[in-house]
Amino acid sequence: MALRNFLTRNLLLNKCPLRISQRLSHFTFVPDTVSASEGETQRMNLFQAINNSLDLALSSDPTAIIFGEDVAFGGVFRCTVGLQEKHGKSRVFNTPLCEQGIAGFGIGAATAGATAIAEIQFADYILPAFDQICNEAAKYRYRSGGLYDCGSLTIRAPCSAVGHGALYHSQSPEAFFAHCPGLKVVVPRGPIKAKGLLLSCIRDKNPCLFFEPKILYRSAVEQVPVKEYTMPLSKADILVEGDDITLVGWGTQVHVLREVCQLAKDQLNVSCELIDLVTILPWDKETIAQVGNLNIMAFLSFSLLQKKFLKWETLAI
Amino acid sequence: MFSVTLRCLGRQVHQQNKSLAPLFTYSKNGLNTEATFDTKPFKLHKLEEGPATTVTLSRQDALKYYKDMQMIRRMETAAGNLYKEKIIRGFCHLYSGQEACCVGMRASMRSYDAVITAYRAHGWTYIMGVDAVGVLAELTGRSTGCARGKGGSMHMYVKNFYGGNGIVGAQQPLGAGIALALKYQGTDGVCLTLYGDGAANQGQLYEAMNMAQLWKLPVIFICENNGYGMGTSVDRASASTAYYTRGDYVPGIWVDGMDVLAVREATRFAIDHCATGKGPMVMEVVTYRYSGHSMSDPGTSYRSRDEIQEVRQTRDPITGFRERMLSTDLATADELKDIDQNVRQVIDDAVKRAKSDKEIGLDELTADIMSNPIDTRVRGVTAFDTLTHKRIGPAVNS
Repeated sequence: MALRNFLTRNLLLNKCPLRISQRLSHFTFVPDTVSASEGETQRMNLFQAINNSLDLALSSDPTAIIFGEDVAFGGVFRCTVGLQEKHGKSRVFNTPLCEQGIAGFGIGAATAGATAIAEIQFADYILPAFDQICNEAAKYRYRSGGLYDCGSLTIRAPCSAVGHGALYHSQSPEAFFAHCPGLKVVVPRGPIKAKGLLLSCIRDKNPCLFFEPKILYRSAVEQVPVKEYTMPLSKADILVEGDDITLVGWGTQVHVLREVCQLAKDQLNVSCELIDLVTILPWDKETIAQVGNLNIMAFLSFSLLQKKFLKWETLAI
Repeated sequence: MFSVTLRCLGRQVHQQNKSLAPLFTYSKNGLNTEATFDTKPFKLHKLEEGPATTVTLSRQDALKYYKDMQMIRRMETAAGNLYKEKIIRGFCHLYSGQEACCVGMRASMRSYDAVITAYRAHGWTYIMGVDAVGVLAELTGRSTGCARGKGGSMHMYVKNFYGGNGIVGAQQPLGAGIALALKYQGTDGVCLTLYGDGAANQGQLYEAMNMAQLWKLPVIFICENNGYGMGTSVDRASASTAYYTRGDYVPGIWVDGMDVLAVREATRFAIDHCATGKGPMVMEVVTYRYSGHSMSDPGTSYRSRDEIQEVRQTRDPITGFRERMLSTDLATADELKDIDQNVRQVIDDAVKRAKSDKEIGLDELTADIMSNPIDTRVRGVTAFDTLTHKRIGPAVNS
């Protein structure tokens, strides 16, 4: 109890005796590694890994199409570079400036049999498409009694803070969609995860939202396996083992939390467990339910409290 | 002796100008007090008659428009330089090349008309009454900026100017709403709602146009068509590039946006239409931007440098206007040079202020979030970190 009080009052950044010399927006990207059994790897950053994943999707699925604003020349973040040249103008094409239209168009194409991969140029602009995503895409299978679905729809969008984006180029809207049954919401932390997760989303039989932390596009570099591979959705990753407290995050924050774990260990002698949630919806209940001492996000807390109310000291933030 | 007599005579005449105006049209400098020009013909949609193509320009107005356009051009150049020096961060969309649009429209607006536009808003902010310091200091985030530095490039405001909006097309229904309010207020005020050629494909524009036509709202939907939506040319984005007809049942006018007089005339016509209760109107002003979409875009990957040069040399709004003034003796070259010098001085001083003025304090981080919060505690970075909400000054629209 004393430990919990100490942590909750002092671990949190500004009241803490920890000396944090960097600015709060700084973080160090920590690359994942893969074992040698994964085969040949290539140095790729996040947008190259996503580009690779999209290329594999288009090569393996003749019904796959990619569309969005400015995707033809490669996209404002270069995620779709070379794809139009390789796969043709009928499969990789630009749309006009109309997010609601792009989402609705994608739902229609997916319902009729295409593997539709839509790009929303910045996650901040996904809000006009909110109705289409939550009311049309998410509920299609349910309301038609299983007769129709738009499961082959994937919507990708760059998200999160980049330092100079301010109101409309920095938003992290995953929480808005996290309460919408019927959707899957995924946020990768690096290139290796992104390539596998994106391919999984594209092939998943449910409409998926794939939010890519834009600050990682260039700064996140890993040795990514060149082969085609997928990664399981709804599976959280335990990145750092620990006993005293658990930190749960996703996307860019995973790397910030890694630093926090290290600082806590060095300066407070506290052992932190770090979990990357990876899939926000549906989230990995098994992995999270097993943790002991949890510092948890609000929307997770109610259902977990239902399961294990008496066992924890939880702090909903 | 004779020349002195003539000069005295001229001065006397000038003072009694009303009765003797038909005889002497020269002011004492040997310059004209007004001149007449022809504009390019307007194209009309669902209108029997349009704005006049023969316009009269007074010397006083000419000097004002010239100065305003030069101020905007210089201010935007200064903003571009400040951005390159990394003193302005974030996003910065420049209006260079499009000056005739805002100057021409403002010339026909009454003091109680409203304007709302998208993110290419610096020129509009200036013409609606914020001085160069207010604009540049806002860009550099200082307290002397028009929004105390909190808004930045895309969020500049002043009375009757509703911004400055970042999301493409989001301002279109807002414009219809402002027009409704103006109608209810009983003035014959009109709302000028501006958007670009890219935003012309947003669904909400057609929702707003429908409401405006249905309820006869005094709103002018103005498409500032500069040929490119970011990097996409109009032909590759729009099934119909005749933006002035896209209102379908809403009457429309096509205007040469590089001619400040044509813009002024068309706006006068449109305001008259809306202010007399005939409902909305669409205006397409065809213009051009010299810089890229924003400072992150060089602007040359989707169009040739030759194209940009060609517009600069043949259709530049300021050069064209200057030639008109000089060829009809509305002003002398020296006068215009003086204006240029003055503009340069004002902008240089404004840049100095924008670099040196203070920023607001951190206490403003949690200011003006809500109107009357029951609980003035605002959560900080952590659950135990509370900041205090405060309200700063009355709103412009309160």
